[in-house]
Amino acid sequence: MIFAVDPLPWARAQMAFTLGVHIIIVPLGVAWAFMILVAEYKANKHGDEDARRLARRWSKVLAVTFAVGAVTGTVLSFEFGLLWPRFMGKFGDAFGIPFAIEGLFFFVEAIFLAIYIYGWDRLSPRAHFWSGVPIVLSGIGGTAAVISANAWMNQPAGFKLNAAGKVVDVSPMGVIFNRAFPYETAHMLVAAYLVGGFLVASVYAVAMLRGRRDRYHRLGFLIAFSVAAVSAPLQIVVGDLTARAVFRDDPVKFAAIELVNKTGTNVPEILGGYFDADGNVRGGIKIPGAASLMSGYSTDTEIKGLTSVPARDRPTYAQANIVHWAWDIMIGLGSALAALSVWFGFVWWRKRDLPKSPWFLRAAAIAGVASVVAMEAGWIVTEVGRQPWIVRGFMRVEDGATTDGNVWITFVVVVAVYAAVATATILVLRSMARRWRAGEDPAGPYAPTPRSK
Amino acid sequence: MSGAEAMAVVLFGAVTAYAIFGGADFGAGFWDLVAGGAERGRRPRALIEHAIGPVWEANHVWLIFCLVVLWTAFAQTFASITLTMFVPLSIAALGIVLRGSGFAFRKVVPTVAEQRVFGAAFAISSVVVPYCFGAIVGGIVSGRVPAGGRAGDRVTSWINGSSIVGGLLAVTVCAYLAAVFLTYDAQRTGARDLVGYFRRRAIGAAIVAGALALIGYFVLAADAKHLHEHLGGRGLPLVILSTVCGLAALVLLIRESIRAARAFAVVAVAAVVWGWGVAQWPYLLPTSMTIERGAAPSGTLVALFIVTGVAVLVIVPSLALLYVLDQRNVLEPGQPGAPADARTPPTTTGN
Ligand code: HDD
Ligand code: HEM
Ligand code: HEM
Repeated sequence: MIFAVDPLPWARAQMAFTLGVHIIIVPLGVAWAFMILVAEYKANKHGDEDARRLARRWSKVLAVTFAVGAVTGTVLSFEFGLLWPRFMGKFGDAFGIPFAIEGLFFFVEAIFLAIYIYGWDRLSPRAHFWSGVPIVLSGIGGTAAVISANAWMNQPAGFKLNAAGKVVDVSPMGVIFNRAFPYETAHMLVAAYLVGGFLVASVYAVAMLRGRRDRYHRLGFLIAFSVAAVSAPLQIVVGDLTARAVFRDDPVKFAAIELVNKTGTNVPEILGGYFDADGNVRGGIKIPGAASLMSGYSTDTEIKGLTSVPARDRPTYAQANIVHWAWDIMIGLGSALAALSVWFGFVWWRKRDLPKSPWFLRAAAIAGVASVVAMEAGWIVTEVGRQPWIVRGFMRVEDGATTDGNVWITFVVVVAVYAAVATATILVLRSMARRWRAGEDPAGPYAPTPRSK
Repeated sequence: MSGAEAMAVVLFGAVTAYAIFGGADFGAGFWDLVAGGAERGRRPRALIEHAIGPVWEANHVWLIFCLVVLWTAFAQTFASITLTMFVPLSIAALGIVLRGSGFAFRKVVPTVAEQRVFGAAFAISSVVVPYCFGAIVGGIVSGRVPAGGRAGDRVTSWINGSSIVGGLLAVTVCAYLAAVFLTYDAQRTGARDLVGYFRRRAIGAAIVAGALALIGYFVLAADAKHLHEHLGGRGLPLVILSTVCGLAALVLLIRESIRAARAFAVVAVAAVVWGWGVAQWPYLLPTSMTIERGAAPSGTLVALFIVTGVAVLVIVPSLALLYVLDQRNVLEPGQPGAPADARTPPTTTGN
């Protein structure tokens, strides 16, 4: 209207941006709640007051990040309609089902988070601990439900289209338990614990590097880092299974991941490198036969190339490059994080202590950000690798998008508002930390208002 | 009743829950906005904070539930609404972001200046968001949202007589509900002065809401024929119920029977929402999309009924637990986990 543009790139950008922000908060809601319960368990069982202090403070910070997660999630719900009305109008009957289940889980999560935080002084320690358990379970359930929706976009199932192209014969079980559901869910849940653990641990690593090495900080670091250190090696295994499943279910995405243009056997694994405009691979380090070997345990394994499907049904070369680079970043960081975890595990096993080298804490300090980057990269592999489909094989992105030429305005406003909210979140969290260090006890959302000065 | 119709009833049930719980929450933001300067508004704001603190998030999950049911059970209707109502929905979404984060941050930041910034974001969006929702409903009932994958007019669909009445009515009803609830909370926590404060405001809001409803009735007569006709027909019992309960609540407020007033106020508001639904029946979008035609295949509906059943079994008791806990006193001091300073009665705080 005012300055109408092609809405498609803006809609994509807005969806990707808002999802990319929401997903950073998610691991905290899913995994931190678990760590809080670990701390509270220690506190209840051994009368450990440091652990109780950790659990209390963590739950207050979680309340803040949960609020941000909730509002950014609500925006996503609106966006499905605002940005992808034609997709929702046609496929909402099927795609919506997992979200209905997600709604249930988030209801439980929101209610029990409030009970937990409000209940610190109102429930017996035992009852209070148990009031936290539904948060952990519904975080897991909610994640599985949303991921089921995303997995369905990759491996649509559980419905038929009639002659008019309308969705009929929906089988909810078929929709929810689509082929990609098990591996995407497992991979994302482990990612949530991995990212949540490293993020929290990195805060304590920084504090310890600055000399705050008392028992309280050490305990905070240990609980969080242990969760991460279990998840990171596990993620390599789950990721490997995921990759094999993608090779089986979605050969075009796999071709983009591995930079394979023409179908063949004995395909090399390429580190770095890129497709030029004609689909030739440039640069990068080639490991002969490795891609074939890893996908099918033999260099004779055939890997389909991008050109096995018509150009309009596959990602462009530019998109394939994005997928491939995102893939390399995920694998690189994932391997590094697993190595860091193994280092920690080994030293802990031998000495019941953290590695002495200052490099350990330095690495732990950046592991938080690194794990977020790995997770975002993984999502880029999944989402850009699905192009040009919004529902693979059934609907193209441009056929699902809004026709409203004003999307660029909402994009600009959304980025501005999110930047403000992100800044405010960081400032608020820092101010909480500062006041705790000064011996004060700031109030938190959901909590009863304490008496102030 | 067919599966689709039953699903529409579920949807209206969720809308009612959101209108009451979410509505009271928005309304609390309205009173926060108009509570005056930092010193003058200190006590009412502290009560508001105390009242909605633990439950504000849960109250808003009703919105998610409404959206999800709408887009799954009535996907084409959802698409039509979002296509046409792009602008007010975008404003509402951003308002929700500012409201939630503003509320959460305000509680945490130390200085009055910071609290003011976040408090303002919270309070202003508490008015903007319900206005947008009301305006959207106004556009829908007046037939400005066409079915069939094309957008209606992007400006007049939400800036028109019905929408303006709808928006203002939504804001007023929220304020009314909140004032009634807050009067009760003030009484319960023994803040005598605030009982009178919110009671006066509840009475004022009730009168404004009644007047707006009356004006709305005439606006609808000219602008939303279908709805108007049936409001006077099969919707009439609900209109009467709402009026009677509204008047009863008013009398009870004046006589300071707050607890009973609260119940009547809730019924009065619920009856308005139901009156809307009954008058609009059998349309989702009057008069271009019926409930039957817009509904998902039966497999989807069955899944949604199961989810609804589980919700009733799981969510309702959990919510009840939360509300009970909210009204309960803190643990005795000396018990593990209870620091000494947490026993302060809420209404004496906030400085
Ligand atoms: C912390 C995060 C993290 C780490 C260390 C890894 N991943 Fe990952 N990966 C993700 C986080 C992630 C994710 C959560 O972002 C994605 C996006 C969608 C999904 O299900 O998981 C993902 C997607 C994703 C996909 C695409 C799945 C699809 O499109 O259906 C594959 C093939 C892999 N990953 C494989 C791996 C392998 C072989 C890894 C070994 C090092 C690995 N990932 C480490
Ligand atoms: C349940 C989870 C998710 C759902 C249902 C979902 C859904 C969608 C939809 C509908 C689109 C637009 C259509 C398209 O461009 O293909 C999209 C695009 C995109 N999403 Fe996701 N998404 C999810 C998770 C994520 C996450 C966590 C990220 C993290 C960054 C992400 C990144 C992207 C990107 C980068 C695009 C743009 C792709 C392109 O246009 O090239 N998604 N997603
Ligand atoms: C990539 C996958 C996603 C995961 C793993 C995920 C997970 C979560 C989790 C764990 C929460 C709890 C709040 C928190 O911890 O801060 C949450 C909140 C929320 N998410 Fe997401 N989410 C994803 C994508 C989406 C998408 C695509 C939508 C769009 C419908 C969405 C809608 C919501 C909503 C509405 C909430 C708020 C619930 C409440 O009010 O309590 N999420 N999400």
